[in-house]
Amino acid sequence: MRLLIVEDDSDSAAYLVKAFRQEGHVADHAADGLTGYAMAEGGGYDVLVVDRMLPRMDGLSLIRSLREQNDTTPVLILSALGQVDDRVKGLRAGGDDYLPKPYAFSELMARVEVLSRRRSAAASAEPTMYRVGDLELDRLTRRVSRAGEEIVLQPREFRLLEYLMRNAGQVVTRTMLLENVWDYHFDPQTNVIDVHISRLRAKIDKGQTVPLLQTVRGAGYALRAEGR
Amino acid sequence: MASASDISAPSRLFRSTAFRLTLLYMGVFAMFATAALGYVAWNARRLIEDQIRQTIDAEITGLSEQFRQGGIRRLVLAIEQRARGPGASLYLVTSPFGERLAGNVEQVPAGLLDRAGESEIPYARGAEEGQGTRPALAIVRVYVLPAGFRVLVGRDASERDRLRQVVRRAGGWALAVVLLLGVIGGFVIARRVLKRVDAMSATTVSIMASDLKDRLPVSGNGDELDRLAINLNTMLDRIALLLGGLRQVSDNIAHDLKTPLTRLRNRADEALRPGAGEADMRRALDGVIEDADNLIRVFNALLMIARLEAGQARETMAPFDATATTTSVAELYEAVAEEAGVHFTCQIEPGIAAIGSRELIGQALANMVDNALKYGRPPGAGAFEVTLSMRQTGQTVTFTVADRGPGIPPEQHARALERFGRLDSSRSQPGFGLGLSLVNAIAHIHGGTLDLKDHAPGLAAVLTIPAQSARNGHARNGHAGNGHAGNGHAR
Repeated sequence: MRLLIVEDDSDSAAYLVKAFRQEGHVADHAADGLTGYAMAEGGGYDVLVVDRMLPRMDGLSLIRSLREQNDTTPVLILSALGQVDDRVKGLRAGGDDYLPKPYAFSELMARVEVLSRRRSAAASAEPTMYRVGDLELDRLTRRVSRAGEEIVLQPREFRLLEYLMRNAGQVVTRTMLLENVWDYHFDPQTNVIDVHISRLRAKIDKGQTVPLLQTVRGAGYALRAEGR
Repeated sequence: MASASDISAPSRLFRSTAFRLTLLYMGVFAMFATAALGYVAWNARRLIEDQIRQTIDAEITGLSEQFRQGGIRRLVLAIEQRARGPGASLYLVTSPFGERLAGNVEQVPAGLLDRAGESEIPYARGAEEGQGTRPALAIVRVYVLPAGFRVLVGRDASERDRLRQVVRRAGGWALAVVLLLGVIGGFVIARRVLKRVDAMSATTVSIMASDLKDRLPVSGNGDELDRLAINLNTMLDRIALLLGGLRQVSDNIAHDLKTPLTRLRNRADEALRPGAGEADMRRALDGVIEDADNLIRVFNALLMIARLEAGQARETMAPFDATATTTSVAELYEAVAEEAGVHFTCQIEPGIAAIGSRELIGQALANMVDNALKYGRPPGAGAFEVTLSMRQTGQTVTFTVADRGPGIPPEQHARALERFGRLDSSRSQPGFGLGLSLVNAIAHIHGGTLDLKDHAPGLAAVLTIPAQSARNGHARNGHAGNGHAGNGHAR
């Protein structure tokens, strides 16, 4: 994955570049908005990570300019302003995801990977059927089965599994689940998401030799056909 | 303050508002007085002139009568007789050829007698009393008799001129007195006011020096300075209260953040202890990250409360589906409640729309439920029950989360809504006591309220925000009527 990090704080930028490289990705850095715009326009990046407050051209203008050029590279906005209205403004400007500072790198990594995968998946139409190992989910009939045996899910459990299956093989964090399944962006204080996951897990993995829904320590969850 | 005391006392007096106002008032008063006096004088002058004219007219009528009855001879006789009296009018009769026939006027300006009518001429009073040095003005009228004789009758106008002089002099004196009194009055009033204002500003300085403990003196006569003092005192009370609150909050922040920071430090310390293996270090670092995340969470909540209190989320207010929002929060917490053995029930009215931010109300409800799950455990053996209900009454939508826990005594309700206002009884519990104050801030930005009520036993947190429309049938909000956790139709 090729990443461009547009961030004026050199410490955070260095930390991000190093961390992404350790994960085996290519990460470039631009220290201001104009440079970032020029580099992004050059193309070839899978995901842009853009800070909102930037010298010479702020993050939102950068995204707007790119979108006007019909550049659809996924953009993740990083911001110290983590309020509802800021998020709305960021997404309205053409951002694809929004992460308030401070964030855990695992959270950023998970979101960037989902963005990058979504881009390559967008080329082909969204499948009506998801398969992970012997687990199947039919989005039209809303049926779920594992090894041919039907599993009855509540509507919300279905949406949870649907999201996990769409991003199968990738780490999804608790906040990503809360955002995409419940459409809330706050930080639940208790382990509400964990409880939902363990219930879903009880339904799809119970009595199976290969557990599909795995917990990724310090990051979140992943639905995978094989262990890591 | 330095600049104020640099100015010398009289100069300060001159610069005082009271003095300037007095001067201005005096100036305006003098202007009006002059105008009024002028008007009176003008009228008096007209009155005098009218009287003079009437006298002249009467004399001319009388003289014409004499002429009609006895011709020029009788007229001349009559004039000579009349002209002799003291303070008499001016008379002159001329023949058709301009010869002076009789009268007490020696000379008239050339051409005056050629035409009939009124005019004003200077004249020298005949040598009667030998004081004709001073020229006087007279109002005269020339009258042409049938045979071409001309009669001039005039009266001295000095009375009128004297009046003018008197008025002028009186006006001048009056003006001078008014101005003098004005300046003196201005000084006196300005000093009085300045004295009180100076006293007030001196007190203000001492109030600032005394940590806002003193108050301005109130004389009790209810004038504007008193009202100002009363209002300033009220303001000082409020500032002192806010400062106290702020101090309390920062004390609490310092106190409540010290504990997790100490724990974080200890974990790091432990990891560095000799003999710690890689696994120990990893575990310690995981713990450090967890602690740091918790601290960040606290700061995020504090920042969010601050921004809400500053009114920064108002623009996201819009109608939203309260039924769906409540249902989705209920669904979010159902599982966790069940896991904790809590009997969690919901009463959610279908098809209700409220005005606000779905996101913020969702967060508020989550905090309320979270709070009930954390602190709502009944002290005895009673069942752990939490109820979430939502309904519309009139113009408002009410969200209630009630538990059967130990509750909060009414006198501590206000404290429970403060930042870090964790009650001592709950200090041992996890959490930072920001939950309810965040809900409170969210309620306020919606123009609503958060009330804590006794649920006898237990606590009921009641969040009230405006409804989209008054309650008169559900027809208009039909789309939300399925009562199911839809996903933010109204975003």
